[in-house]
Amino acid sequence: MTELVVPAQADAPAAESDVMVRAEQVHKSFGPLEVLQGIDLEVRAGEVCCLLGPSGSGKSTFLRCINHLEKIDAGRIWVDGDLIGYRERGGKLHELREREVAAQRRAIGMVFQRFNLFPHMTVLQNVVEAPVLLGREKKAAARERAAALLDRVGLGDKLGAYPAQLSGGQQQRVAIARALAMQPKLMLFDEPTSALDPELVGEVLDVMKDLARDGMTMIVVTHEIGFAREVGDSLIFMDGGVVVESGNPREVIANPRHERTKSFLAKVL
Amino acid sequence: MTTDKATTVRARAEPIRAVPVRHPGRWVAVAVLAVLTAMFVHLLATNDAFNWSFMVDKMFRPPIIEGLLRGTVLMTVCAMLIGVVLGVVIAVMRLSDNPILRGVGWLYTWFFRAVPRLVLLAVFGNIGILWSRIEFGVPFDTQLGQLFGIDNLQLRLFGFSSRDILTGFMAGLLGLALSEAAYMAEIVRAGIQSVDPGQTEAAQALGMGRGQLLRRVVLPQAMRMIIPPTGNETIAMLKDTSLLLYVPVSVELFFQLDAVGKRTFQIFPMYVAACLWYLFLTSILLVGQYFLERHFGRGYGSAGRARLRLRGMAAETGGNPGKVEP
Repeated sequence: MTELVVPAQADAPAAESDVMVRAEQVHKSFGPLEVLQGIDLEVRAGEVCCLLGPSGSGKSTFLRCINHLEKIDAGRIWVDGDLIGYRERGGKLHELREREVAAQRRAIGMVFQRFNLFPHMTVLQNVVEAPVLLGREKKAAARERAAALLDRVGLGDKLGAYPAQLSGGQQQRVAIARALAMQPKLMLFDEPTSALDPELVGEVLDVMKDLARDGMTMIVVTHEIGFAREVGDSLIFMDGGVVVESGNPREVIANPRHERTKSFLAKVL
Repeated sequence: MTTDKATTVRARAEPIRAVPVRHPGRWVAVAVLAVLTAMFVHLLATNDAFNWSFMVDKMFRPPIIEGLLRGTVLMTVCAMLIGVVLGVVIAVMRLSDNPILRGVGWLYTWFFRAVPRLVLLAVFGNIGILWSRIEFGVPFDTQLGQLFGIDNLQLRLFGFSSRDILTGFMAGLLGLALSEAAYMAEIVRAGIQSVDPGQTEAAQALGMGRGQLLRRVVLPQAMRMIIPPTGNETIAMLKDTSLLLYVPVSVELFFQLDAVGKRTFQIFPMYVAACLWYLFLTSILLVGQYFLERHFGRGYGSAGRARLRLRGMAAETGGNPGKVEP
């Protein structure tokens, strides 16, 4: 029964405006190493898409291609209808200027495995910095909203602390608030809990679940099978630079069809 | 029973009263040093060539103090200010994506690091030979005029006589500052490169441009790496102001001491005075540097860690305290 439902969903012609991220045949090489060998993907607005796979499978690289931290060698990526990194004019691709790339990135929040908070700024300054610097908001308004965001991730009492004074879980929650401060349409999570002590993983996942419930479009590279099963709307299993299997997370995790998926899940579950 | 005994014994072990290791070598060293010190003091006290009373009498004279304040202290401050600012600019150029800027930056550091400071100062001291006037306007105006058949076309906005602008002080400042900028550029470049690349990525992901992320994110963190070697550079600069003798800059400490020595045929006491003055000045800077390093090492892990970071500039690759385990 359920097997009938899933392909029907996939076949349903999605309205173009509904698609938040579309990737077509994305290729990326580092020297002789072809990390991505033709990735196709479609993430609708409000969807939580989990990228799973062994290390070296290219999932983090693919994530970094979506906000142009890595330049792709072939293929196309669109976010909310905008071609990332290029402009197509007269059948030719023109590289975007640095300023234009930066403008595209403002709509895409990113959370890193190693948090990458600015260590010389307080928690509040970390969150306020980009919106104020980029002229989005006046300082007072940005502070108010940043405080509200930090309250939402449970750090309302840490505004004046420096990142080094926080635990890993707290730092990652600040990083999420910092990304949200730019009011992105899409959030990219690059193994957000992999650098955390096991007991701190839960607090970060809780914030992410809360975000998903609010309808944020999210692409999450993760090893947290439980999170993918509970929150994910779609799951993509990658290995060796290709998508091996994709579909409904509960479906794929319960009945993986490919040998690679099976053996991977057997190891991490 | 035996276990009972064992626990009572373990409860309080007898304090160790061992014979410490003897260090006879240290006593030999003390003896040798004592003899050498005595010889040195004897030399200072008995050798008339030092002429202490003459030295003390001359070394606080107004021209010497003026030379110290203007030629040494003021020159150090000015040369370091220009050197640091220009050094940051050149470092950013060298790390730029633009190959032209990168090339120019490289050429600059290559030239000013390859020519010895003393030679550079001699050149700048005599650069007035090239031009009698320094003027600003359209370049190659006369040549362009000839091309269009106009004789002696002059498109100059304003200008100065070389003698007015290239005074000894200005020429010396130019030489020291430009040379310092090349060394500072290398220090700043190393500092910028020591900042975790994740910081740049995070700033980029937020949508900051290159200039913004450099100014707000990378440079403030690079400062921790840049400040300690800059202290060393300042101390080196203070000492190198003595090279201004070859520009020449007359209102300068060593020039003045040297002049007094040559005029009075008491050259040695004046050189001793120079030693004492430079010892005094650099010692002040060393104290300042100590507090500066302590200040910039604060808030970043344990003191030992911080000190290691500041000292071992080359060894450090990533300065992200976010990595510190909670």
